[in-house]
Amino acid sequence: MSVVDLLGDPVPGDHTEEAGDIRVGGTVAPPVIELRALTRTFAGTPPVLAVRGADLRIAAGEYVSVIGPSGSGKSTLLHILGLLDRPTSGDYLFDGVPTGAASDADRAALRGGRIGFVFQAFHLLPHRTVLDNVLLATLYSGVPRPERRPRALAALDRVGLSHRLDFLPIVLSGGERQRVAIARAVISSPHVLLADEPTGNLDAATSGGVLDLFDELHRDGLTLVVITHDAGVSARAQRRIRIDDGTLTEVTR
Amino acid sequence: MSRLEPARVRRPRLRLPHLRLRLRLPSVRLPRLRLPHLPRPGRLRRRGSDAAALGSARDRFGLRDLIAEAAYGVGARPGRLVLTIIGTVLGVGSLVVTVGLAQTAAGQIAHQFDAVAATQVVVEPATARTQGGSRAIGSIPWDVADRLERIAGVEAAGGIAAVDVAGAEITAVPVNDPSAAPLAAPKVLATTPGLLDAVRGTIVTGRYFDSGHDERADRVVVLGARAATRLGVNRVDRQPSIFIGERPYTVIGIIDGVARRTDLLDAVILPVGTARVDFALAGLDQAQATIAVGAGPVVADQAPLALDPNSPENIEVQVPPDASAVRTSVQADINAIFLALGAVALLVGGLGIANVTLLSVRERTGEIGLRRALGASKADIGRQFLVESVVIGLLGGLIGSATGVAAVILVSLAQGWTPILDTVVVLGAALLGGVIGLGAGTYPALKAAGVEPITALRGGA
Repeated sequence: MSVVDLLGDPVPGDHTEEAGDIRVGGTVAPPVIELRALTRTFAGTPPVLAVRGADLRIAAGEYVSVIGPSGSGKSTLLHILGLLDRPTSGDYLFDGVPTGAASDADRAALRGGRIGFVFQAFHLLPHRTVLDNVLLATLYSGVPRPERRPRALAALDRVGLSHRLDFLPIVLSGGERQRVAIARAVISSPHVLLADEPTGNLDAATSGGVLDLFDELHRDGLTLVVITHDAGVSARAQRRIRIDDGTLTEVTR
Repeated sequence: MSRLEPARVRRPRLRLPHLRLRLRLPSVRLPRLRLPHLPRPGRLRRRGSDAAALGSARDRFGLRDLIAEAAYGVGARPGRLVLTIIGTVLGVGSLVVTVGLAQTAAGQIAHQFDAVAATQVVVEPATARTQGGSRAIGSIPWDVADRLERIAGVEAAGGIAAVDVAGAEITAVPVNDPSAAPLAAPKVLATTPGLLDAVRGTIVTGRYFDSGHDERADRVVVLGARAATRLGVNRVDRQPSIFIGERPYTVIGIIDGVARRTDLLDAVILPVGTARVDFALAGLDQAQATIAVGAGPVVADQAPLALDPNSPENIEVQVPPDASAVRTSVQADINAIFLALGAVALLVGGLGIANVTLLSVRERTGEIGLRRALGASKADIGRQFLVESVVIGLLGGLIGSATGVAAVILVSLAQGWTPILDTVVVLGAALLGGVIGLGAGTYPALKAAGVEPITALRGGA
């Protein structure tokens, strides 16, 4: 499809307006994340409605924070957004692709190639060096073998840990560990970075450093979804969503 | 004609391009083959970026990555690794030792038999018990050597009989010296010419008699080495004589080194023909034969028929036991016990691997969850743990196999044996370790693949 084809075709316009999509280079880009009446319930007596009827669109390049008290369904939402959990009803479109009924292997491939995770507990392999921990993400995301090392070095350089390549995570400080985790999350150039309480285990100063790094990544065009119970962390985001008892509401400033 | 000529000219023109094409083809193919090499980086990059976007590609957790990750997993806890593989090492090692020692022992037995016993046959007339003791009921024909040598597998044969000289003195010089202490007379034996070979004797000097001496009943003797010493005969070039009673016999040779019938060394040996004429020898006592290795059963079957076709039951043949039968019976004895022990050790080894792998799956749920979050599929996780346990099993198998070989060699050294061990057994035992790892790792691998990433991540690592 060339530009000439697009010029002669007036149709995309009204569709874009209605859906609130953004246009990139003349073609319509679907939102990175789109939830359609998504519900997740956990069996029990009575059943727990962790996420109820959620509708959400997150466009490429947005920095979104999801804030809510513990038990509000934050983690369930993150697991669903990260394709680690399946919705009970409704659908979740990732890059416009419905994932609710996708096969386990397809979802694993999407996780590896397009989603980066940053966890509260860092989840670094304790017996592997910093470099190995970052390289781990390239194994499953299909980064070509010759590119793996240069990319890992670049990612570590970006988070300012070039001098710690051969260190084991146990000797790093909390802030450094989280930066390793961020390097690992961005190495496969994901479409979205999901962070679950990224500063939950960090003190105020190191938290600031991590959040500054998020700001930088956002400035470079990365889509970020940060889940937190900390209003300070949430405030750094461009767009804020509150989750309360499984219901999502947009927070207006 | 004028039309035909251009046609003729055209033909070669038409052919030429064909020829050229054929010639060019190889030169065209070569660059075609090379082309993919040159733009490969570009292609790979394009594919790679596509693949990264799609989340699936050639370089996504390939065999190399799988083995590298499994190797890290195996090497992460060396102390535990040692404990894990001990069972397999013991099992595989005991199997190798069992089979190796059985083979070595069987080799020793065959070796001893090969020397003499496995190739020596003794033929005697059957005996019957009577009131006065036992009495030979069969007889060995005079031409026993010819008859035996016609049987396949017989290499040399000869008959032997004790000669009754009726108290005649045997002396080197016919001098009656009353003051000399009387010596026990040497035994007198009669043999067919081929007996020397049949008992593997060697000639010290001179020669053994031949069929000519035998037929003519020449008065010649061959002395056993000890008899020669006693009679004071040590060279035969001057044709010394000995006397049996009053009759002189020319000594034509001295023999030694017989492997059977060592009484020959103390004896004065006559040709059978001479003994029949001079001492009325009635019959042969025994026949000796050397056979090819493994010919024993055949000779045992055929010798009685060859010697006494009408009543073969009157001939007794002593043949060496079948070497392979000896080997298998020895192996069966040793193997039954030790193979059972080895199997038990292997079973315990397999359970050990299964147990430790299961434990490690439980410990590493956080890692599994992380890998799943990073894009590993269930199959990727399962394969990783399976390969880890196969590697552990293979390691155990290799170490066990090596230890077993060392043990067999040490035992052989201590016993002065030649270690015999089938290479197939050694390599097979090492591989068996891998198979055990595979079997033991299947359940833990399925467990690992089934780990829910959410619970795993929540648990923390």
